[in-house]
Amino acid sequence: MTEERTGKAVAPASTVDNNVDRMLPQRTLWQRLVTANTFWTGLVLIGLYVVFSVLRPNAFPTLFNFQTLLIEASVLLVLAVGMTFVIITAGIDLSVGSVLVFSGVVAAMVMEGLHGGDATHAGWGTILLGFVLSLAAGAAWGLLNGVLVAVARVPPLIVTLGSFGAALGAAQLLTGGVDVRTVPTALRNTIGFGQTMQIPHLVVVAAVVTLFAAWLLHTTRFGRYTYAIGSNAEAARRAGIAVTRHLVMVYGFVGLLAGLAGFMNLAYFGTTTISGHATDNLNAIAATVLGGTSLFGGVGSVLGTVIGVFIPAVLQKGFVILGVQPFWQPIAVSIVLVAAVWFDQTRRRARERGR
Amino acid sequence: MGALLEARNVVKHYGSVEALRGASFEVRAGEVVALIGDNGAGKSTLVKCLSGVEQPDSGEILLDGRRVRLDSPTRARALGIETVYQDLAVAPDLDPAANLFLGRELRRRGLFGWLGMVDKAEMRRRAAEQFQRLGVRVQSLDVPIGSLSGGQRQGVAVTRAVVWANRVVFMDEPTAALGVVQRERVLEVIRRVRDSGIAVVLISHNMPEVQAVADRVEVLRLGRRVARFRAADVTLEELVGAMTGALHQEDAA
Ligand SMILES: Nc1ncnc2c1ncn2[C@@H]1O[C@H](COP(=O)(O)OP(=O)(O)OP(=O)(O)O)[C@@H](O)[C@H]1O
Ligand SMILES: [Mg+2]
Repeated sequence: MTEERTGKAVAPASTVDNNVDRMLPQRTLWQRLVTANTFWTGLVLIGLYVVFSVLRPNAFPTLFNFQTLLIEASVLLVLAVGMTFVIITAGIDLSVGSVLVFSGVVAAMVMEGLHGGDATHAGWGTILLGFVLSLAAGAAWGLLNGVLVAVARVPPLIVTLGSFGAALGAAQLLTGGVDVRTVPTALRNTIGFGQTMQIPHLVVVAAVVTLFAAWLLHTTRFGRYTYAIGSNAEAARRAGIAVTRHLVMVYGFVGLLAGLAGFMNLAYFGTTTISGHATDNLNAIAATVLGGTSLFGGVGSVLGTVIGVFIPAVLQKGFVILGVQPFWQPIAVSIVLVAAVWFDQTRRRARERGR
Repeated sequence: MGALLEARNVVKHYGSVEALRGASFEVRAGEVVALIGDNGAGKSTLVKCLSGVEQPDSGEILLDGRRVRLDSPTRARALGIETVYQDLAVAPDLDPAANLFLGRELRRRGLFGWLGMVDKAEMRRRAAEQFQRLGVRVQSLDVPIGSLSGGQRQGVAVTRAVVWANRVVFMDEPTAALGVVQRERVLEVIRRVRDSGIAVVLISHNMPEVQAVADRVEVLRLGRRVARFRAADVTLEELVGAMTGALHQEDAA
């Protein structure tokens, strides 16, 4: 609809009924709010926070508790933000936890190797190298996933199930199954535990990633294509979108974020925690879906995923503080999760029927 | 006047199914050609071959008398060929404006645009303008088009094709889900597009509609063109006869 294109297009003025007002008013903010999934899940999150705060006013709504809540959610948040993109393309990535471990292992081993087997006193040059390697290792796994999904057309569930096993196996081969335990103190003190005005640095990193991802998904052409492909890949192709290339980039992006999460994990725990991430993939998927992103693709938001990460986190903290057996947490989360997907299904079916 | 877009002896297999067995077709600038034929005759397949969506196994395609390779939808669109597909090919989760601009998003000005940010407000404004101009009624511009009625979705797909085309528009059963009023509007749009010098190819099973709007009719049967008519002279019996094989006119070796 650029000027030169409309030049040849049709003449205005229809003979048929054009007194009908078709310049429809934009919906009000309130109308948009109440129809948005995120609004309701956001209410659930706030509700949970309020309930626990009322039940344990001295223990729950404290600054310390809030900080820990944020810190503990940071790594998962980075994974889940990436997961949001893949799920919106109607894909899935089961490999994020293993890629996280692999990337952390690569970074830790290189940093250690450069310092004769003990990286504790390594300087910023080494740390920076470790950081870059971690991102590169993550992105490489992601691109591999993307190529297998988009070019070789193997279903994403299978591809990423494969790299879920392979990335972890590779990490164990590299380390002989023993965690690398020397991580530069400088890294741990700044990114791992550092704070500025009560704001933990790890949380800042996660927040920056989240804001960037929200910007990318909701305002750019890249984001628009992500939705379009998940909504109808064939329509996207016919509209001239390079579907294959875009999918490779999306999986690459998720891998990159998993690599970043691996480095954050290293900074926080000071060890590669090889055996600690078997369920990260499921947690990230659960958070994404809780946040209203549809497993069928085409629908989702970064804000929703943020909420989806914090609902289980708040439940966990709350149960611990209340002294409820923490085993209830996964049960509660699962119920909310299944309800969320059921809701999504009903909505879709109602729409299909309308066709 | 020579053909604007022409297909010669196009063959297309899907596995063992022979959808097109040497089909020919032509359309000139500023005319409406109805492409008709029984279910499975190969109409949609021919349209896909001429829109760059499918690649013919053999045969040639000519634009302005020159051979072209439509190796992707992007290529066809760059040549000014737009299509309303039978399955519409819209993204149900995106709103009408996003669908209208799919693959051609307007960028914001300056730095933001350079960073890849799209200009949603401007796209929405122009979309509203185009829907109004073409008399397509969309109940809201802020809902995913999957929640619109089938007819409204079809209106969006028609608008998209018409707005961007500058040489040929294919419409594969664009009125299939439409009520009387909306159908009349689409036919009106087709006439206006033709009058602006663009070639329109209408696929339809509705013979009165074909006779009302088409200048010429080409009939496809079992993957081949079997007859051509001037719409003004043709009778319903002749059209039906050609589609069912009772009447043979050409290409039939
Ligand atoms: N993607 C495909 N895979 C396999 N076979 C196909 C495919 N598309 C079309 N066909 C076959 O090709 C033949 C022609 O189909 P086509 O859709 O072109 O017919 P049509 O004339 O558009 O019919 P209709 O009027 O029902 O839309 C049919 O026999 C159909 O089964
Ligand atoms: Mg068809």
